Amino acid sequence: MTALSAYVDGIAVLGPGLPDWPATRAILAAEKCYTPAATILPAVAVLPPAERRRTGRAVRLAIAVGLEASAHAGIDPRSLPTVFASSGGDGENCHEICAALASSERSISPTRFHNAVHNAPAGYWSIATHAIASSTVLCAYDGSFAAGLLEAAAQVAIYRLPVLLIAYDTGYPSPLREKRPILDAFGVALVLAAERQERSIAQLQASLSDRPADRVADHEMEILRTGVPAARALPLLERIARRDSGTANLEYVGATTLRLDLLVCC
Amino acid sequence: MRPPRPGANASAMQPLVVSHYTATSCLGHGLEPLTSALRTLRGGLAPCSFETVDLDTYVGAVGGLDDERLPVALQEFDCRNNRLAHLALRQDDFQQAVNGAIARTGRHRFGLFLGTSTSGILETELAYRQRDPATGALPATFTYHSTHSAFSVAAFLRRLLAVDGPTVVVSTACSSSAKAFGSAQRMIAAGFIDAALVGGVDTLCLTTLYGFHSLQLTAPGPCRPFAVDRDGLSIGEAAAFVLLERPNARTAASTLALLGIGESSDAYHLSAPHPDGHGAGIAMAGALAAAGIAPGEVDYVNLHGTGTSSNDRAEALAVHALLGAQVPCSSTKGATGHALGAAGALEAVVCAIALAHRFIPGGINTAAVDPALDVNYVTETRSAPLARVLSNSFGFGGTNCSLVFGRAG
Repeated sequence: MTALSAYVDGIAVLGPGLPDWPATRAILAAEKCYTPAATILPAVAVLPPAERRRTGRAVRLAIAVGLEASAHAGIDPRSLPTVFASSGGDGENCHEICAALASSERSISPTRFHNAVHNAPAGYWSIATHAIASSTVLCAYDGSFAAGLLEAAAQVAIYRLPVLLIAYDTGYPSPLREKRPILDAFGVALVLAAERQERSIAQLQASLSDRPADRVADHEMEILRTGVPAARALPLLERIARRDSGTANLEYVGATTLRLDLLVCC
Repeated sequence: MRPPRPGANASAMQPLVVSHYTATSCLGHGLEPLTSALRTLRGGLAPCSFETVDLDTYVGAVGGLDDERLPVALQEFDCRNNRLAHLALRQDDFQQAVNGAIARTGRHRFGLFLGTSTSGILETELAYRQRDPATGALPATFTYHSTHSAFSVAAFLRRLLAVDGPTVVVSTACSSSAKAFGSAQRMIAAGFIDAALVGGVDTLCLTTLYGFHSLQLTAPGPCRPFAVDRDGLSIGEAAAFVLLERPNARTAASTLALLGIGESSDAYHLSAPHPDGHGAGIAMAGALAAAGIAPGEVDYVNLHGTGTSSNDRAEALAVHALLGAQVPCSSTKGATGHALGAAGALEAVVCAIALAHRFIPGGINTAAVDPALDVNYVTETRSAPLARVLSNSFGFGGTNCSLVFGRAG
C-alpha cells in the first residue's frame, strides 16, 4: 500500500498533568512519573479582548498547542496551512444550546451560535495568528487524530510545504457527558514538513493497517489514551519520546488503524 | 510544484473525473427534478412548518424523510441526516455506480469524504426535551456516536458501502462539502486512493433555524440573493454526492471533471465575511491557478449567494475584482435554500448539470438586482456552451473554498 511521508518538525501537548511537550516527553520516556491532574488551559493572549471573552475551552486548547508546536518548529504560524481534528466541538456551548432549545424560550445568543460550528477554533486561530492560508477541520470520532494526520501528510506530499496539525478534545457537561464520556481536555499539535531540516525530530510514513491500535506502557497514560479521542496520538508520541524507530498503530475507523513507520532523526 | 501564491494553497492539479453524481433537495429526489427546476426557474422554498419551529421564515425541506428506513443492521444510525443520506444515495443509480467503482479500486483504495455542519444534532435537541425530571439524564434510546457525532454520516456510509479506505467528515460550516473535494483530491493525487465518494449531507434542525434567526440573518420570505431588497437567507436541507475518479487512458476529453480547488481563511471575524471579500478572492484565484486557467476562461459562477446583505456585497466585490463585471453568475439558493454543510456538494452538482446540459441556471426570487453589486447576475435560465464553471462556498469562521468544474480534455 502507498505510504505518505512527512517529517515532524515541532510537537506540542497540553493535557491533564501535562503542561507541555517537554514534560510529556519526559513522562513518556519513563524519565519522570505521571501524576494526572486537571488540565489547565491558558488564556488566549494573542486574541483581541473582544474575541477573547467569547472563547470556550476548545478554542483556548487548540490555540495553545498550535502556538507551542509552531514555536517548537521555529515557524511563524501566520504562514502555515492548518488541519484541525476534533471529535466534538465546544461541549459546554453545545449543552447550553440544546438546553435553551428544549426550554420554552428557545433563544440562543449569536455568539453561542457561531461558537457552535465545528470550525470555531480554526476561525479564532486564523484571527489570532492572521493566517489566511487554507484551514480544514475534520472529524472521525475516536479516530479524529489519525484522520487529521493523514490529511496533513497528504497536504505535505502534494504541496511540499509545512502544515500544522492541531488535534484537541474537551469534555461535555452532564447529561451529554454520560453519553460521550471524555476524561479531560487534551490537545496535541504537530508541524509536518516535506523535507528533512536540521530541527526535524522524526520521519513518519503513514499507511492504513488492519492490525490493532497500540497501547502505551504507562498505566495512567493508557487510561488517558482511551479516555480522550485526541490522546489516541500517544503511541506515536511515546515512540518519539523514546527515540524509538519502529511502527506505531493508531486508532482510526472501525477495525482499520493508521500505521506509522517512524525513523527518529539523530 | 509550488503554490502560485501564499495562502491559496493550490498547485496545478490533474483533473479528476466526475463519473457519477446525484442530489436530493427540496426540489425533489435525484437529478431529474433538480434539472427541470433549474431550467424552468421553479423554487422549493415554503413557509417553515418544520417540527415545532415557530419562526417567521421559509425553508427548503426534503419530502419523504419521515418514511425513509435504514437497513435493519444499521438501525443505530437512524436520524434525519442519515435518512437523507440513504435516500439520496439510492437516486440515479448512484449507489450501484459507487459499488462498481469500489469493485474496480478495491475496498482499501476507495475513500469517503463527507461534509456536514450539524450532522444528527436534531436527535440531541429532541432528547433534551425528554430528560429525566429527577436526574436530568438523556433517554436511554439516544446514542451519541451514531447520530450526534459529526462523523455519523461517514460511519454510516462506510458500513453501508463496505469501504475500508480513508473515511472522514469535513465540518467547516457552510464550506464543509466543498472542502471535502479538496481532501479527496489530495488523497487521489498523493496516490493513496484511486477513487472517492465526495458529498455533503445537512438537515433541518432547531440549532441552525434559531441560531441564524438570533443573528437576524433569516429572511421572512423566500431568500432573494443579490437583490436590491435582499433580507437574509432561507435554510434548506440537502444531500449531494459525486463519484470522483482518477482519469485513465480511456477517459474521453468530454468527460465532466473537477479541474481546480482553492481554499483560504479570512482571518477576520467568526460570523461576518471580510467586507472586501479578500479571503473569497484568494480562494477563487487559487482554484483558477489549480485549474491552470485565466480569469477570462470562466464561463459561469455559481455564487455562494446566501441573500444576506454582507455576504452578497463581499462576494460581489471579490468576483468583480478577479473576474470582472461580465461573467454570468447566479445563486441557486433562491431555489434550494442554503443547505449549509451540504451546499458545496449540492452546488457542485448544479455545476455538473449546467455543464452536461449546457445552460446557465438563472437565480430565482430576485426581481431587481442590487445595482451596487457590479457583477452580471443572471435571473433567466439560458442555453450556453459552458466549458468551465466556478462554484463558491464560504462559511462561519472565515472559511472559503472555490471549485472549478469543466471537462477532462
